[in-house]
Amino acid sequence: MEYKVSKHAKLTTLVLIVVGVASLIFGIATDHGHTDQRIWANLLVNGYFFFTISLAAVFFLALQYVSEMAWGVTTQRVFQAIMAFMPVGAVVLLVIFAASSMHMNHLYHWMAEGVMTKGHESYDAIIAGKSFYLNQPFFWGRNIAYFALWIYFANWFRKNSLKEDKLELNGETSPIYKKAIIKGVLFIAFFAYTSSSASWDWLMAIDVHWFSTMFGWYCFSGMWVSMMIVAVVLVQYLKKNNYLKEVNSSHVHDLGKWMFAISCLWSYIWFSQFMLIWYSNIPEEVTYYIQRFNDYRGLYVGTFFVNFLMPFFILMSRDAKRNGVFLIPVALIIFVGHWIDVLVMVLPGTMFDHGHLGAVEIGMFLTFLGVFIFMVLRSLSKAPLMTKNHPMYDESLHLHH
Amino acid sequence: MSDKTIYAIYDDDYVLLESAKHLVSKGIHIRDVFSPFPIHGIDPVIGLERTRIAITAFIYGMIGLSLALSGMYFFMIYDWPLNIGGKPNFSLLTNIPSFVPVTFEFGVLCAAHGMAITFMLRNWTLPGFKGRNPYPRTTDDRFVMEIHASDSELSADEIKAFIDETCVLEIDEK
Repeated sequence: MEYKVSKHAKLTTLVLIVVGVASLIFGIATDHGHTDQRIWANLLVNGYFFFTISLAAVFFLALQYVSEMAWGVTTQRVFQAIMAFMPVGAVVLLVIFAASSMHMNHLYHWMAEGVMTKGHESYDAIIAGKSFYLNQPFFWGRNIAYFALWIYFANWFRKNSLKEDKLELNGETSPIYKKAIIKGVLFIAFFAYTSSSASWDWLMAIDVHWFSTMFGWYCFSGMWVSMMIVAVVLVQYLKKNNYLKEVNSSHVHDLGKWMFAISCLWSYIWFSQFMLIWYSNIPEEVTYYIQRFNDYRGLYVGTFFVNFLMPFFILMSRDAKRNGVFLIPVALIIFVGHWIDVLVMVLPGTMFDHGHLGAVEIGMFLTFLGVFIFMVLRSLSKAPLMTKNHPMYDESLHLHH
Repeated sequence: MSDKTIYAIYDDDYVLLESAKHLVSKGIHIRDVFSPFPIHGIDPVIGLERTRIAITAFIYGMIGLSLALSGMYFFMIYDWPLNIGGKPNFSLLTNIPSFVPVTFEFGVLCAAHGMAITFMLRNWTLPGFKGRNPYPRTTDDRFVMEIHASDSELSADEIKAFIDETCVLEIDEK
């Protein structure tokens, strides 16, 4: 069945973008100083948040092939659609990095002039000690490689899934499926390193004096759970509009389980990172938390409890994971929660104690959300909602537990 | 109607599942099924209700959580405060991060053990309890249905006739 973007959906995305831009303009007009930095920081927050949702969808698709997952076949096109924001997100992020490199903003202090030059007035010995990794040529080389390879894999999965639909198979296993498993393995091996190292470059390098060995996992679980939330909501939306009839309550249950499980993974990593640093109490490590607990306590600690306790207690029972009445409110609330989580990863290091959740932040979020929804729905409308010729399609259709 | 217990013995789980469907469609109530491993999809056929073990697991987990927290409050804050790494030792709330791992582990311990003990108690299979398994071979390679003649309108002979229609290995009566 082909999906068509309804007028209602188009209107909603338009309203989101218009309201977002209006709020953004209002926020900029009423801002008191640091406006440039604030806009760049918010671009990074939303560029990162929405790009990594798409990126996690590529990961989950690769995981489906590698683990030869059968239940997910009926929802494969949903995950493929979530990948559609990748090019836009990549451009936003690259523009931010280019602007940082050209000193048009001050998101990354290590890129500032003289920080690594001995004798310069802003010389910083600690940052200079990291110059073997944090230097412009290497930074650009690896980041371009990340984007290029991630987008290459995303395109490969999408293109070949569409090609698979048109194959004429006489009871044979689709040759594309076998290739996809190998591509999936390669992607996961690549992604295992790059999801960590990219999060160091993009977010951890903001607080350049600080480091945490769990940071990569923390970002990875955050992007994964945000993507599962989008998938859960999208499937519920499509089912409500009489699409995806092949997706039964067991599929919904499985998606709900993933959202539940990865919420717990994220909470576990959030807490582990915090607890180890709190316990050892080493000055160079605790700075990160002191900043957040002093200036962003409500947002930082509040979102942790919401993102952990809401899914944990509401989605624990089997029936709740099968029911949109429970799934959607929890999903929408923790979606905002995980966005705020990214916000408090970026703002303290870029805005210091001036950052807060205001009209600029909300406006930028709504604008990006509108564009994101538009890109995802448009991609969804370009192909049939069900794959054909996937060897486990039939098994997925009869999923029951 | 005499209360006779009929045992239908099978050597395959799938055959038993299909036979159970057949018998149930004839109005026969199956009391229980004994098998070496869980038979997928048998529960709705013989009319078993959904297990409530998950609810008990939640309750045991919560009990473990509160036991661990109150225990640590008593040991570490109230009774004998210890200064460990300069962490606040006079209040549970400000010291709670260091208690979370133990609380979590104890919650899991209580949930898992409570659930296992409840399960075995409900099945009467705790160590030392006398087994009620009518056919010890059901722990190896046999699958047995237990049918009580008094559960349905049919007579024992009629039930046996229906069982004979299925691919049964042996019918026994006690």
